[in-house]
Amino acid sequence: MESLYILIPLSVVFVFVIGWVFWRALESGQFDDLDRPAHDILADDDRPREDEK
Amino acid sequence: MCCAGCQAVARTIVAAGYESYYETRSAAGPTPRDLPPAAIYDDPLAQRQFVAAAGEHEREVSLILDRIRCAACLWLNEQWLRRLPGVTRVDINYATHRAQLAWDERRTKLSEILEAVRAIGYNAWPYDPRRQDEVRRRERRGALLRLFVAGFGAAQAMMYAFPAYLDDGSGTLTAANEQLMRWAGLILTLPVILVSCRPFFAAAWQDLRRRAVSLDTPIALGIAAGFAASAWATFTGRGEVYFDSIAMLVFLLLGARYLETAARQRAARELDHLARWMPSFAQRLRGPDDPAGERVAAHALAAGELVLIAPGERVPADGVVERGASSADESLLTGESRPVAKPPGAGLVGGSVNLEQPLVMRVTRAGAETQAAAIARLVERAAAARPKLVEGADRLARHLTLVVLATAAAAFLWWLAAAPARAPWVAVAVLVVTCPCALALAAPIVLTRANARLLARGLALTRSRAVEALARATDVVLDKTGTLTLGRFALARTATFGALDAPACVALARSLEGASRHPIARAFGEGPVLQVTDSKNYPGHGVEGVAARGRVRLGTAAFCRELARGAPPPAGARPAHTTVYLADASGWLAAFLLEDELRPDAADLVAALKARGLVPHLVSGDDPAVVEALARRLGIEAFAGGASPQDKYAYCERLQRAGRVVAMIGDGLNDAPVLARADVSVALAGGADAAQAQADLVLLGEQAQARLSAIDEAFAVARRAMRVIRQNFAWALAYNVVALPLAAAGFVGPWEAALGMAASSFIVVLNALRPLAPRAPWKASTYSSRSRSFSYS
Repeated sequence: MESLYILIPLSVVFVFVIGWVFWRALESGQFDDLDRPAHDILADDDRPREDEK
Repeated sequence: MCCAGCQAVARTIVAAGYESYYETRSAAGPTPRDLPPAAIYDDPLAQRQFVAAAGEHEREVSLILDRIRCAACLWLNEQWLRRLPGVTRVDINYATHRAQLAWDERRTKLSEILEAVRAIGYNAWPYDPRRQDEVRRRERRGALLRLFVAGFGAAQAMMYAFPAYLDDGSGTLTAANEQLMRWAGLILTLPVILVSCRPFFAAAWQDLRRRAVSLDTPIALGIAAGFAASAWATFTGRGEVYFDSIAMLVFLLLGARYLETAARQRAARELDHLARWMPSFAQRLRGPDDPAGERVAAHALAAGELVLIAPGERVPADGVVERGASSADESLLTGESRPVAKPPGAGLVGGSVNLEQPLVMRVTRAGAETQAAAIARLVERAAAARPKLVEGADRLARHLTLVVLATAAAAFLWWLAAAPARAPWVAVAVLVVTCPCALALAAPIVLTRANARLLARGLALTRSRAVEALARATDVVLDKTGTLTLGRFALARTATFGALDAPACVALARSLEGASRHPIARAFGEGPVLQVTDSKNYPGHGVEGVAARGRVRLGTAAFCRELARGAPPPAGARPAHTTVYLADASGWLAAFLLEDELRPDAADLVAALKARGLVPHLVSGDDPAVVEALARRLGIEAFAGGASPQDKYAYCERLQRAGRVVAMIGDGLNDAPVLARADVSVALAGGADAAQAQADLVLLGEQAQARLSAIDEAFAVARRAMRVIRQNFAWALAYNVVALPLAAAGFVGPWEAALGMAASSFIVVLNALRPLAPRAPWKASTYSSRSRSFSYS
C-alpha cells in the first residue's frame, strides 16, 4: 500500500501534464474545426500537386 | 445536368481527377448567376483592406466561401485551390465555410484565385477577419479548455473518491490513505475551480457589485460553498469531501452552456450575411463626361456623385439610374432572384447586382445612410430589444433566483439542526438543481432564428415584440392601394365611339405611349405597334403623334378636346377609374378606363390567411363600390370603403375593443397612424422608404416585386416560434417546481442536481433549434444560395 504514496502524486502530476498538452493542442488550432476530420477520412487526396510533379 | 455549362464544369472536375466530389456530395448545386468580376480585388485599395503580407512575396487573405452545400464542396474547393500554381497554403474551416489562403504574389493574383473558385461553380470573396472571427475563436477555445479541464478533473477526482465510497469500515482503507486521496482530490479540483468556473464567478462578482442576482449567482455560490466545505474537511481531517461531485457539476454545467453557445453562434451567423452586402469600393466619375472614372472606397462616396457600375458588379450605394438601362438582382434584399428592370430614373439599391449593361448612377445615399445599412440597423435594433414575454420571463427568472437562494438558506438551517453533516450538500443541491436558465436563454435563440428566417423571405423585423403579436393576431386589416394592388394601372374597359373597334384603339394608344415612360403606358400591354411619327409628350396632359389616320392625341379630356372638339361622349367611368381619352381630328375615338392592378398573389394571400383562421378585412379610402367588388373577388367578407385615415384608425380600434388582435398591412407611409394603432403592422414600403416606415415588419424590395406570400409565412413562423417559447417556459417552470422541493428535502445529491439542471437546459436548447417553418418547396425561379442556407439551418 505504500506504493500509493508514489502513484497518487504521480497520477496527479500526469493529470496536469495532460491538461497542459491539451492546452497546447487547443492553442495550435487543432480544435477550431471539428467538422473537418470526419470528412477528410472520406476524401483524401495523396497525389502530389501539379507544379511539384 | 441543367445546361452545357454544368457539363463543362463536370468535365473539368472529372478530368482533374475529382470524381469523388460526385460520390460524396449530398446536395445538388444552384444554377449559376452573374457575378461581379474578381479583378476588382487586385486593386491596391481593396488589398489594403483584406490582404496581409505573410512573407516577402507571400500574401495572405481570408475568404468566405459561398454556395457551399455540403462537406464535399469544401473538399473540392480545397483540393482545387491547393493545386493552383502559386498558392502556397489553403485551410478551409468546415464548420464556418471560411478559408485561409496564402499565395505567392509573383506567380498568381488574387483575382485568378477567385476566378478559379468560380470556374468550378462556387463563389469566394475576401473579408476582414479581424472583426469578429478572432473574438469568436478566443471564446470557443476558452470554452473548450474549461470544458476539458472540468471533465478531466471530474473523471480523475472520481477515481480518488471511489475508495471512500467502497470502504465498508473494515479498515482496508486506512486513515492515512484516505487523507492522501482527499488531498489528491483537492489538488485536482483546484484547476476546475480556478480555470473552469471563471465565467460563473466572474458573473456572480459582477452581480454582487451591482447588488443584483442573476442566474449565475446560485451556481457560483453552490460551487464555492461545496468546495470550501470539502477543502475544510480535508484540512481538518473531519467531515465529508465531495470533490468529485463538484467537478462533475461544473462539467455538466459547462457542457450545457457550450451547446447553447454553439447554437446561438450558428443562429447569429445566419444574420451575418447582412454585414457583407456592400462592395468595398466604387468607380467614381469625376463628371458627366468622364468615361472611366477613378476607384474609390464605397464609404467615401457622397450623395450627388456619379458612379459607373459595370455589369456583374454590386451597386455601391443607393441611387438613381442616370444613364443606361439594365436589370438588377435584388435577391439579397428581397429573397427574390428574378431580375428587376432598371430603366433611366429607376432607383438602385446598394448591395444589389447590376446584371446586363453598364449603368451610370447618381448616388442619393451612401455609406451608413444606405437602405442596406438602415435595414441592418433596424434588424439589429429588433434583435437587441426584447419582447414583453421575454422580459416577463427574465423577471420571473430573477424572482426564481431569489426564491432559490432563500430556499437554500432555509434548507441549510433546517438540515443543520437535523443532520449537520448533510446540511452543506443539501444547500448545494438546492442551489444547483434549479434551472432558471431555461427561462432566460430559450426565447432569444428562437427569436434570432425567427428573425433570420423572415429576413430570408424578404421581411425585416424591426421590433421583436412583433413576433408575439403576430402569433396572437386574429384579424388582418388589409389596405387596398399599394398593398393588395400594385399601385399601377391596368386597362379595365375600353369604350369606343364608333370610328375604330377596341383592339385597334388599344393598339393605337400603345403605339402612342410606346415612346413615353409614363406609368399609364404599361396599361396597354404588349402587342402590335403601329407606325407613329412626330410624337410629342405634353407632361400632365398626354401624348400626341402622327399615325396613319393623321394627328392623334391620347390623354385627358381637355387635352383631346382641343383636337376632337365637342364634349367627350359618356364612357361609363366609375370614380375609381382613371379615364384616358383617344381622339383624332375627326372626333372622339375611345375612352380607356384604367384601374389599379391587383397583385398576382393577393388572392393567394387572402386564401392562406383564411386557412390559418385569420379574419381578413379590407379597408380602403377608395370608392365603396370598388372596394366591395374587390372584396367579393378575393373572398373577404369584412370590408369598408371610402375610409379616411381616421376611419381606418377607428375601424382598427373597434376591432381591438371587441377583443380582437389586429395585424395591419399597409403601404407604410400613408397608413402610418393605423399601423401604429394596430397590435402588429406590416408595411410594404417600396424600396427606399423601408427604413422610414413605422411598422413592426417591413416587406423589402421594390413595391411591385414584393411578395405577399412572405406575410403569410410570417404568421406561420411567428406562431411556431411562440409555441416553442411557451413550451420551453412550461418545461422550465414544471421542472423547477418539482426539483426544488425534492432537493430541499434531501432527495437529490449535488451531482444529480447538476445532471438534472444540465439536462433541463439541454432540452430547452434542442427544442429551440427545431425548424420554425416547413421547408419551402424547391422552385427554380426563387432559388438562391442564400435562402437555401437559411432553410437548411
